[in-house]
Amino acid sequence: MELQNEITVSVRINGTQFTAAAAPEESLLEFLRTRAMVMDVKCGCNKGDCGTCTLILDGQPVKSCLVLVAQANSKEVWTVKGMALDPLMQALQESFATHGAIQCGFCTPGMLVTARSLLADCPQPDRAAIKEALSGNLCRCTGYKKIVDAVAAVAACQASARVQGGRCRVWKQQ
Amino acid sequence: METTVVDEGLTKIDACHKAQETTIIGKRRPKIDAWPKAKGTTIYADDFTMPGMLHAKVLRSKYPAAMILAIDTGKAEALPGVHAVLTCKDVPNNNLRAKFGQSTDVGSNFEGLYRVLAESKVRFMGEAVALVAAESLKIAEEALDLIKVDYEPLPGVFDPIEALKPGAYRVGESESNVVSRFKVRKGDVEAGFAAADVIVENTYRVPFGDHAYLEPESGVAWVDEDEVINIRVSTQVIEHFRTVAEVVGLPQNRIRVIGTWLGGGFGGKEDITVESFLALLTLKTGRPVKLTYTREESLLAHGKRHPYIMKYKTGATRDGRLVALEAELISDAGAYTYLTPWILLYSTVNAAGPYNIPNVKVDTVSALTNNPFTSANRGFGAVQPNVAYESQIDELARVLGMGPLTIRQKNCLRQGDSLATNFKFDRYVAVAEAAEKAWQALGPVPESQDKNIRIGHGLAVGMMSYGRLTFLHDSSRCFIKLELDGSVVVRCGVQDLGGGQASTLCEIVSEELGIPLEKIKIYIADTALTPLAGTTTATRMLYMSGNATLKTARELKQRLLTKAEAMLGARAADLQIANECIVNPVDPEQQITLKEAIDACATDGIELFYEGQFNAPFTEVPTSEIISGPTFADFTFGCHAVEVAVDVDTGAVDVRKLIACFDVGKAINVLNVEGQLEGGAIYNMGYALTEDLIVEKGYLKTPSFSEYLIATSVDVPDVETIMIESGAGLGPYGAKGVGEPADNSIAPAILNAICDAVGVRITTMPATPERVFWAMQEQQQKSRQ
Ligand code: FES
Ligand code: FES
Repeated sequence: MELQNEITVSVRINGTQFTAAAAPEESLLEFLRTRAMVMDVKCGCNKGDCGTCTLILDGQPVKSCLVLVAQANSKEVWTVKGMALDPLMQALQESFATHGAIQCGFCTPGMLVTARSLLADCPQPDRAAIKEALSGNLCRCTGYKKIVDAVAAVAACQASARVQGGRCRVWKQQ
Repeated sequence: METTVVDEGLTKIDACHKAQETTIIGKRRPKIDAWPKAKGTTIYADDFTMPGMLHAKVLRSKYPAAMILAIDTGKAEALPGVHAVLTCKDVPNNNLRAKFGQSTDVGSNFEGLYRVLAESKVRFMGEAVALVAAESLKIAEEALDLIKVDYEPLPGVFDPIEALKPGAYRVGESESNVVSRFKVRKGDVEAGFAAADVIVENTYRVPFGDHAYLEPESGVAWVDEDEVINIRVSTQVIEHFRTVAEVVGLPQNRIRVIGTWLGGGFGGKEDITVESFLALLTLKTGRPVKLTYTREESLLAHGKRHPYIMKYKTGATRDGRLVALEAELISDAGAYTYLTPWILLYSTVNAAGPYNIPNVKVDTVSALTNNPFTSANRGFGAVQPNVAYESQIDELARVLGMGPLTIRQKNCLRQGDSLATNFKFDRYVAVAEAAEKAWQALGPVPESQDKNIRIGHGLAVGMMSYGRLTFLHDSSRCFIKLELDGSVVVRCGVQDLGGGQASTLCEIVSEELGIPLEKIKIYIADTALTPLAGTTTATRMLYMSGNATLKTARELKQRLLTKAEAMLGARAADLQIANECIVNPVDPEQQITLKEAIDACATDGIELFYEGQFNAPFTEVPTSEIISGPTFADFTFGCHAVEVAVDVDTGAVDVRKLIACFDVGKAINVLNVEGQLEGGAIYNMGYALTEDLIVEKGYLKTPSFSEYLIATSVDVPDVETIMIESGAGLGPYGAKGVGEPADNSIAPAILNAICDAVGVRITTMPATPERVFWAMQEQQQKSRQ
C-alpha cells in the first residue's frame, strides 16, 4: 500500500543532489528535516504563519512548509548552512551576532535567509523597507529592533564597500 | 509643566561602583551562543534524532468537561508499526501531589494535583488522554484516529466567578474549586476613603495569554546501557527529573534530564511538558522516542497566563496624595492548579503597586474552571495588577488635573519606604528616577498631521521581584576547573532560554580569572553532569547562578594569588589577575603567567577546581492568608512611556514611540540587557493590543498564529532603552534581574496613552480596534445625552 503512494523526489540541497522517496502530500520542510536531515530549517507552525522554515528555492525565498516537495523536484534549495561561504550571508551572520539580534535563535535561520534575499535584490533599503521585508518572519524574543539594526548595518556597509570596491559584495548564486 | 525632582542616594552608589574597573563586565559583546545560532548549527530539541527512534503522538480530549466511560485501544495497537498505546492505567503513578519543581517542602497550600493522563473525568479541552509511539509520525497519527474514547459531556464551568458560587459545577473529583486565597491589610480603608477628596472605581479584565515561543515543546528520550532514562528536552526546569521518577516509579538517580538550548520559554516551559510522556513510552518500548508538539497542540496543551478580573477602588486627596486602595482580584486557574498559588501570591504582594498608601485592603482568590490550565508566563502575577493600579492612578491624575509624572512622583516608594505587606526597601528604589527619565525622553506630544489620527502619551511604572519567593530556600551551584593549558571548564545546570544565561556566567569567570572568553567552555543543563542550578524562571538565573559562579571563580582566584604570592614574594592583596597574567601593578617586574601559577598549583597538589553554592536569603513559609513581611529578596523597578496614534475611524492603535527605563543594577552584558528590555516591551505590547486567546465555553477559538496575533516587525516601534545602573542589586556586581520586569508596565502605559489620545478608558484588554472604536462611540453618545 505504502509504496504505491510514494513518489521519488530529487532536489539539489546546498549544492549536493539528494534523491529520496516521499509521500505525495509531503512538504519540502518535512522532506528536508526528516529525509535529508537538513535541520537548520525550523518548524515553528507548519502553516505559513511564522517564517522559521524560510529557505531559497530556485533563487526565491519561500516558506518551505507551504511548498509540496513534489514542486521542488529537480530544483535547487539553499539554507543558511549551505550559504556558509557566501560573503553577504557571512556579513549578516556577523552583524546579527554583534548587534544582539539573536536571543533564542529559533527565528534566526529564517530571518537570515529573508534578510539576505532583501539585500541581494535591494542593496540599500531604509528601515521601513527592512521591516516590511522581515514581516513574514516572527521573532518572539527580540522585539525586532536589533534585527533591523543588524540588517541596516550590513546595508550601510555594502553601500560604502561598493563605493570603495571593498568587501561586502552581493553574492550571486550560480 | 511637570517638575523634575532628582533622587539622591543613587549618585553615591554609582560613584563607588565606578571605582572598580572591569574589562569584560559592562560591555556590549555577542554572547557565546550567538555564533552557532547564526550558523544554524545549534541542535534544538527537535533537531536531534537517534537510530531506531520512534515517533510519539498524544490523544487529547475534544471536550472541556466530560466523563470518560471507556477507552478502546485495540485497533490502534493492532496497526502495523505501532509499538505502544498507553492510557492512565499504564502509568505507575498517574496522580501526584506535585510541588511543581520545588525541592523544599512548603506545605500543602502550594501543592496541586499533577495528573499525567486523564482518568474518568476530563477537565479541559486538550487534556492528554492516551499516548502512542510508532515507527513514523504518520502511523502514530493514524493510530490516534483508531483509539475509541466514549465521552459523556458534562456541563462544566467556565467563569471563575461562577466557579466560586456555592453549588457550582466541580471541576475536579473532590477538591473545591477554590485554589487559594490571600489578603493584605494595612491601616483602615474605610477611614481612608472618608478622608479622600476623589475616589476612582473600575473593574479591569485581562485575558489569557500564550507564550508563543517559536519552538514548540519537544524532546527525545532513550534508555541507556545502565538502564537510566535519558530525556533530552526543551525545558526551563531540568529538575523535573524528580517528578518523572515518581511518575514511572524509579529512583531519582535513574532519570537524567539534558536541557537543550531553548527556542524560547517565557514561563511556558517551566511546567513539565513532554518529559513524563517520553519516559513512559521509552520505558515501554525500549526504543528511543521523539515527541514534538504541533503549534496547535502547543497552544492547547501548555499553561496560559491567568486571566484576572480586578475590582479597584483608589482614593486621593485634592493635592494628589493616595490615601486608600481597595482591590479584589479573581484569577482563573483553569483546569489544574500548577503554579496558580505562587502567581496569586505575587499578585497579592504587587496589588497596591510601588506606592505609599496608608490604607490598603487586598483580597485575592483563584478558582478552578474547565478552561485551559494557567501557570507561569513572563511577569508571573505582577503584570495583571500592574494594569489595574497604573490605570487607576492615571484616572486619578485626570480627575485632579494633575500630570501623570507628578502624581507618581508624589506617591511612589523611595528608599526606606515599605510595601503594604511590610517589606522595607533598604536599597535604592528607582521608581521616580525611571519615571522622570522615560517621560522626559518621550518629549512633547506632536501635532497630528491627519484629522482622523489622535496622538497621545502614556506613562506607567512597575515593580517586580527577581529571585524566587524567599520561603522556597533557593540555591544554585557552579563548578569551575582550571585546565593545565590555562583553559577553563565551567559546569552549571543552568537552562539557557536565549537571554544569555550561560554566556553571562562565562563573562563573570573571564572577568574574575583574567582568562579570555574563547578559552572558557561551559557545559549546561544536565542533571547527571552539571551541578544543579535551579530553574531558569523567576528572573533568578543571573542573581542566583551569577552569584554562585562569582563565588566559585573568586575561590579559585584566591588559590592562584596565594600561590603567586609565594612565587613572587609579593603580598596576595597587592596582586592583580588580568590578561592571563598575575602582576603587581606597582612593580610590574613582579609578574608570572597564569599558566605558571596553574603549573605550580598542580605540582603542589593544590586543587584547581571548586564547586560553590549560593543561597538566597531564607524566610518562613507564610502560615496565614494575610501576607506580611518579606516574601522576596528584592525588586526591580522600571517605567514605560509611549506615544500612540489612534485612528478615530477604525479604533486602530499604533504605538509610535516606546521608551523603557529600568534600574538594572549593573548591566553585565549591555547587549543582553537591552535585548531583554526591548523584547519584554514588545512581548506585552501584544498583550495590550492584539493577543487575545479566546476561549468560549472551554473551547479554544484561536488555535494558531493566524488567530493569535503576536507582533511582527511592521507593528513595532524601535524601543528606546534607558538603563539606570544603581549597583543596588543583589546579583553579581550589584546587578538586578530584568527578564520578567521588562514586560511589566508597558500594557497600562499603552492604555493610558489611548486615554490621553481619545479620552476613553479601556478596562478590558486587549485594546483591539473594535474595543477602542466602540468605547469612543459610547463616549460620544454619552456626551450627546
Ligand atoms: S513553519 Fe513554515 S511558516 Fe511556520
Ligand atoms: S530570537 Fe527567539 S524567536 Fe527570534
